[in-house]
Amino acid sequence: MGKGSRLLPALETALWPLMALIAGGLVFSLFLLVQGKSPVEFFALIWRAGFSTAFSWQNTLSRVSPLLFAGLCVAIPARLGLMVIGGEGAIVLGGLAAAVTGAQVALWPTAAGFAAMALSAVCIGAIWIGLVGLLRVRRGVNETIASLLMAYIASALFNHLVESVFRDPASLNKPSTLPLVDTLRVGMMPGLQAHWGVLAGIVACIAAWALIDRTRLGFAARITGDNMRAAQVQGFNVAGLIVGFTALAGGLAGLAGFYEVAAVHGSANASLISGVGYTGILVAFLARHNPLAIVPVAILLAGFEASSGLIQRRMDLPDATILVFEGCVFLIVLLSETVQGRMPALWLALKGPSR
Amino acid sequence: MTTDPGLWAVPIAVLGGAIRVSTPFLFVSLGECLTERSGRINLGLEGTLILGAMSGYGLSYLTGSATVGVLGAALVGLVYGLLHGWLCRFKGVNDIAVGISMMLLGMGIAFYFGKPFIQPTAPRLPSIPFGWWSDSPQLQAALQVNVLFLIGIALAVFLAWMLRSTRIGLTIRVVGDSTQSARALAIRPDRVRLWATAAGGALAGIGGAYLSLYYPGSWNEGISSGQGLMAVALVIFARWNPINCLWAALLFGGAGALGPALQSVGISEGYYLFYAAPYVLTLGILIATSSTERAVIGAPGELNITK
Amino acid sequence: MPMKSTLSRRRFLTSTTAAFGATALMPFGANMARAADGLTVGFIYVGPKDDYGYNQAHAEGAAAIKAMAGVTVIEEENVPESTDVANTMESMINFDGASLLFPTSFGYYDPFIKELAPKNPEVRFEHCGGLWGEGDPANAGSYFGYIGKGQYLNGIVAGHMTKTKKIGFVAAKPIPQVLNNINSFLLGARAVDPTITCQVIFTGEWSLAVKEAEATNALADQGADVITCHVDGPKVVVETAAARGCYVCGYHANQSALAPDLYLTGAEWNWAQVYTDMVTKYMAGETIPNFVRGGLADGFIKMSPLGPAVTEAAAAQFEAVKAEILKGGFAVIKGPLKDNKGNVIAAEGEAFAEDDIKLESMDYLVEGVIGSTS
Repeated sequence: MGKGSRLLPALETALWPLMALIAGGLVFSLFLLVQGKSPVEFFALIWRAGFSTAFSWQNTLSRVSPLLFAGLCVAIPARLGLMVIGGEGAIVLGGLAAAVTGAQVALWPTAAGFAAMALSAVCIGAIWIGLVGLLRVRRGVNETIASLLMAYIASALFNHLVESVFRDPASLNKPSTLPLVDTLRVGMMPGLQAHWGVLAGIVACIAAWALIDRTRLGFAARITGDNMRAAQVQGFNVAGLIVGFTALAGGLAGLAGFYEVAAVHGSANASLISGVGYTGILVAFLARHNPLAIVPVAILLAGFEASSGLIQRRMDLPDATILVFEGCVFLIVLLSETVQGRMPALWLALKGPSR
Repeated sequence: MTTDPGLWAVPIAVLGGAIRVSTPFLFVSLGECLTERSGRINLGLEGTLILGAMSGYGLSYLTGSATVGVLGAALVGLVYGLLHGWLCRFKGVNDIAVGISMMLLGMGIAFYFGKPFIQPTAPRLPSIPFGWWSDSPQLQAALQVNVLFLIGIALAVFLAWMLRSTRIGLTIRVVGDSTQSARALAIRPDRVRLWATAAGGALAGIGGAYLSLYYPGSWNEGISSGQGLMAVALVIFARWNPINCLWAALLFGGAGALGPALQSVGISEGYYLFYAAPYVLTLGILIATSSTERAVIGAPGELNITK
Repeated sequence: MPMKSTLSRRRFLTSTTAAFGATALMPFGANMARAADGLTVGFIYVGPKDDYGYNQAHAEGAAAIKAMAGVTVIEEENVPESTDVANTMESMINFDGASLLFPTSFGYYDPFIKELAPKNPEVRFEHCGGLWGEGDPANAGSYFGYIGKGQYLNGIVAGHMTKTKKIGFVAAKPIPQVLNNINSFLLGARAVDPTITCQVIFTGEWSLAVKEAEATNALADQGADVITCHVDGPKVVVETAAARGCYVCGYHANQSALAPDLYLTGAEWNWAQVYTDMVTKYMAGETIPNFVRGGLADGFIKMSPLGPAVTEAAAAQFEAVKAEILKGGFAVIKGPLKDNKGNVIAAEGEAFAEDDIKLESMDYLVEGVIGSTS
């Protein structure tokens, strides 16, 4: 194999989605043109609101953090061949755990307080999704439906607890847990108006990539994902891998809840149930369950979302416009996967006639 | 007070709830069951459901006929299913991912074009009073049945029969179990899957029309609270068996009525937990009936989700 | 930690302004210009603005502002109570030059408005329903209406119209504003007939169509024949109740079109007047008070016109009580009154007027309401 054959696939993985993005944009332009709206203005607004200035980047990045964790919560088990779609449950319960713990450790030193909050969020999340893995291993319960059911149960539990035992009596019309003290609020990264959860999410993505692609454990997981029987025959501890990876996924989702509470809401309340866990499914699949690819996908998605408001206000289009746009673009991006890996052949075909 | 049902209100409400609420679950899960038996997953039926709800309501309003609305919703669902089926024909395209994107797109299109239909009142589907024999107004109300519910039951039986005993059913099953053996039998798997997905989409569209045209009988952006996604998951619970889909849908509808019914007889502490009854019950049954030995019994061999 | 960001925020603001200059040459030039020669007012809604309810009531208010000279109204709907609303507010300020914002959902206030207001001292934040208190940012304010009186008047009509002596209430969450409405509804009905009871069912969510329909059916099953609600969009409740042959009292906005024969009356917001007043004041350079409340007499709320089914006796008492309320000082919560667990709420002769701050932390259901607060 020459150098070209190694460089080409890498180039290809970046190029095709990019071209697909443009193609998706063109399809959506047709949708706009039919209604007499200007695609030029539309894309200019997306650029402007999502990516052009420091404020746009703040607007975009502030939405990224939960998407990264939620994406990981789907992607990590997916590498084992498991489709966990109920990360939302771990996010809301993780948030609740962080808020409740935060109220208990208000007087602790800041670092210890943060550690306690994050740890409790991770633990609850890990237990919640780990349980899904355990049910799969022990009882053969399908993880897709189990995780979805448990997400709904988690939301109910969350609401019940927030409005009963953990309710701050002073939170009158917006039932919430006790507010976190200022020292236990996660702040903004210097120079950026995005909280530290973004960096944590990116670090988590890199770590997850390293774990899956660079360690023996990850190797075992990938084998399991390709063929569970083969992995068992190879002597891998498949049951342990499943429980461990689902717990890891849940722990990361719990961390999303921690950042939502500590950096955004300041307490746990019903606003935490935002559905971001389900958006994570989309992020993970668009990234083809590659933790590194989750980062650009999440940023792109967040940028689109960030521009929704300006599109509503400037172009007098419904708020659902951005959903239609995202749907168009992502479908084309997924469709482009069919031409992936066929580029060397294409390359040769192009080169051929010139000789 | 004419008749006070007392605690009887609870079972009556559960019965009524099962009849009223189960239909969308039933149609979506039957549709998905058909699609999955052909070896493909369409996770985007939530989008189809909402699209069906919007187009059903819109068409009913524009034409003045709820029946046209239902048929239109079925057609929209069919076309949308065809799109999914067509996209997934291409090599390397992941059906689950396409489904999720189509969920997004379907919701987007429905909300985008549905704005003008939120305010107007469209003709709704009628109901058949099956409770005429009873003196109890509660029972009479519970037994107000929409014809789509009956069609859904008939459809479940029909699909079960079709899959088991007809040539079409056999074809779908063969395709679902092994693409290679299907090819060996000169069946074109992509075409079978295309139409199985289209039919599934049509059923999900009808489920959506039921939401907007019968119960709760209103079009707005919050009309579906994830029923479509849940129904897709229920197919796994039903082990890809149409008759089981019916039981699952009834269980879900009935258990969902438990929360309001218990509050109405004065048991209101912890209502959130009662509202979780459908999910807890389903999970409980799932755990009790699963086992590692027969984890994927009934699962089509070509399914992405069970490999 | 949050304080550290002030400096960087300044720096980024200048860079944003610079970017504005550059992009003014782009297709947005026209849009940017309009912000310069008048007042831009931003409205943010948590749901769709045609929901026949909470958001529609605000959007109707915004529509009244649009008609004012020199005012540009920008709107955004379906904005969650999360980072989203913070971003929307900043975007309205930075991109559209909005200097007066009406983020209309309750959950927008804490922490989002509270954090953003000090960073944008030149912008006025007017929040609906909220609880501006001492120590909160001076450029933020909260306004709300005593709509409980409207539910009391609903109750008067309901009390006349119920045959089963049982009325029903579909409620989202057991929070003070909702509990006050439930209690007022029943007390209105009991002013007509003290044997009437009110069944309440909580759905747990502000907007959840199927559950609202199920709750309405459960109320009808229990024999309730007049039904009202406090959810964001009452459309489903009104239509389901009417389909069951129950009378309906509206809430938030006028829903009479949804059940023309069975709609009795309704407690509606009158934001058009409130917003017009506020914007007029703001443009004249006067200060809007930080804590604004008003009731029926102040034009903050209004009642839907009485429906065709309302009897003469009901209409007469409705008008009489309404006149009484308009005089001022009318108290719905007054002694002797117990809650539905038997605790004394108000002793003989004790009365809580509508502006009594104690009512803003209501945590009980009065005697005669069937249901519990948790």
